[in-house]
Amino acid sequence: MATQTQTSPAPVPAVNYSTRVDKVGWRPQALSLTRAIAAVIIAIIMLIPVIWMAMTAFKPLKDAVSVPPIVFFTPSMEGFVNLMTQQRQVNGEELTQLRARTDLNWADQVALSQQRAIIGQSQFPKQLFNSLVIAGASTLISVVFAVLAAYAFSRFDVPGKDDLLFFILSQRMLPAVVVTVPIFLMYRQVGLYDTHLGMILLYTSFNLSFAVWLLKGFIDEIPKEYEEAALVDGYTRLQAFRKIVLPQSITGIAATTVFSFIFSWNEFAFALMLTQDKARTAPPSIPLILGSGGVEWSTIAAGSLAFLIPVVIVTFALRKHLLRGVTFGAIRKG
Amino acid sequence: MSQPMPSAQPTGARTIQRQMSDRKIVLWFILPTIILLIVMNIFPLIYSLYLSFTNYSVIADKPPEWIGIQNYTSILSDKNFWAAFATTGRYALLTVILQTVIGFGLALLLRNKFKGSGLVTTLILIPMMLSPIVVATFWKLIFNPSYGIFNYLLGYTNINTAPEWLGDPDRVLWAIIIVDVWMWSPFVMLLCLAGLSAIPEYLYEAAAIDRAGTWFQFRRITLPQVMPLLLIAVLFRTIEAFKQFDLVYGLTGGGPGDLTETVSIRLYRLAFAGQLNTGLSSALAYIVLIIIIAVSNLYIRSLNRARGG
Repeated sequence: MATQTQTSPAPVPAVNYSTRVDKVGWRPQALSLTRAIAAVIIAIIMLIPVIWMAMTAFKPLKDAVSVPPIVFFTPSMEGFVNLMTQQRQVNGEELTQLRARTDLNWADQVALSQQRAIIGQSQFPKQLFNSLVIAGASTLISVVFAVLAAYAFSRFDVPGKDDLLFFILSQRMLPAVVVTVPIFLMYRQVGLYDTHLGMILLYTSFNLSFAVWLLKGFIDEIPKEYEEAALVDGYTRLQAFRKIVLPQSITGIAATTVFSFIFSWNEFAFALMLTQDKARTAPPSIPLILGSGGVEWSTIAAGSLAFLIPVVIVTFALRKHLLRGVTFGAIRKG
Repeated sequence: MSQPMPSAQPTGARTIQRQMSDRKIVLWFILPTIILLIVMNIFPLIYSLYLSFTNYSVIADKPPEWIGIQNYTSILSDKNFWAAFATTGRYALLTVILQTVIGFGLALLLRNKFKGSGLVTTLILIPMMLSPIVVATFWKLIFNPSYGIFNYLLGYTNINTAPEWLGDPDRVLWAIIIVDVWMWSPFVMLLCLAGLSAIPEYLYEAAAIDRAGTWFQFRRITLPQVMPLLLIAVLFRTIEAFKQFDLVYGLTGGGPGDLTETVSIRLYRLAFAGQLNTGLSSALAYIVLIIIIAVSNLYIRSLNRARGG
């Protein structure tokens, strides 16, 4: 503060001219403080389930199901180790032998503390990888297709434009269960059932409708004059699109990419009905995680946490565009 | 459309060939999207429209046998269908009302910025970004009558008298509603916040000068100004609640019995679990589809209005 007044010639009084007549005095201020406190408390209450799940992921198996539930515990990696590996029970002599060894890595030791030995990788890493591949590829294709379509819809008089746009968005509204029956039959016929390609195509088509709308909103905001100036300079349409529109809509493309990825990443119903093993993604598998000793809540929570962390990170990255994203680009500014 | 200036355009057959006409660009840019949507959505829908008039099962070796509207009549005269329909309706109505009230309330709390309000808003928005099936899975743990925290937070400390949320016929639908409301109230809040921040300050100032009360301001300024966005939120949530599958599947699977069997769950059971009655399930799918299309129509219309306004 002091250094600031030294550099500036005259201290400017801090008057906020936008202060409203009816907002002066202690009552409105007390009211807004109460509101802020209430909002913080509600945010904490709303996050309890997520926090509880994160805590459960680090609880030892027996603490996860203790009655009554406990809040303080010694963190353990049992859930994560059981999630990622297949194990078998070890008893008696073998157990003492294993305990005597000093060359075991930390995962083996965690398993050993539950009297188990790791015999290989579980299905979960593979399913997580499937999720990544399917969500990634479908996002990439749908964003590429959507940028093109959105540009055309934004800049040209497409015959039947409103109907086409309506048609595109209405695809998004279809309930998964309704579309799945015929797609299941179709996929079985052409051999796309339980394949990565089948899931990628399906997610692409579902993301596409959303991505076209969202991107059209972003491209609509780029002034047409930029392109027109480029055309005057002798650019072709395609060059103008590549060198002017694409760089200008990079924020929109990024937001659309992330949204599409989250939708595919989170999708459950299609994956449940159209995959079995080879292309099975993580969402249908998480409720079925049992662990090697029956229902192990630490393991399930570990799987959930591993799956949710990327989404939470992305939510923060996207916070300025969330409104746009969830309204298909129709509402832009909060 | 402005055309390039003749002077800036080098002439020559090759350049003209290389320069795609605008019409061609439109065609090539839109075509991939349209083709994919037709192949992946429209074609299957036409196929299932046909199947809905047939007697067919995916596991049978017999080809579909045309039986006219028999599937439709048997669905509409089946009391289980109407029960599933009523469950879905109750579920949709209750979730949407609660989400509207809570979402709007949250938006009113957060409309005035305070230090850290951006962070608080983002934290509240986290639930709606999560995968519904994963949400259902960890809420199952939370609802668990012996080691779940839900009952403890409500003050039931004796596990013998504490309610079993997912097993008690009187509470199970409410349990799913609680999770849905937890997950999606933030969505309503997000839209209401957008609506609230667009209200010009001078309206309130004018009202304050006229000594209008808080309730009057809320009813005559806040509510009508937020209404268009609130309507969008409500319609969207209605559609989603009607389609609800993941949460119900994850929490109860339609049970106990078929108490929480929503239309989507019924459809799933009919098409994939046990009976594999493809013809009948296609007919049910079409009935659902028509309802969804009707509501979506309203929804997209109000989206378009918001876009123009």
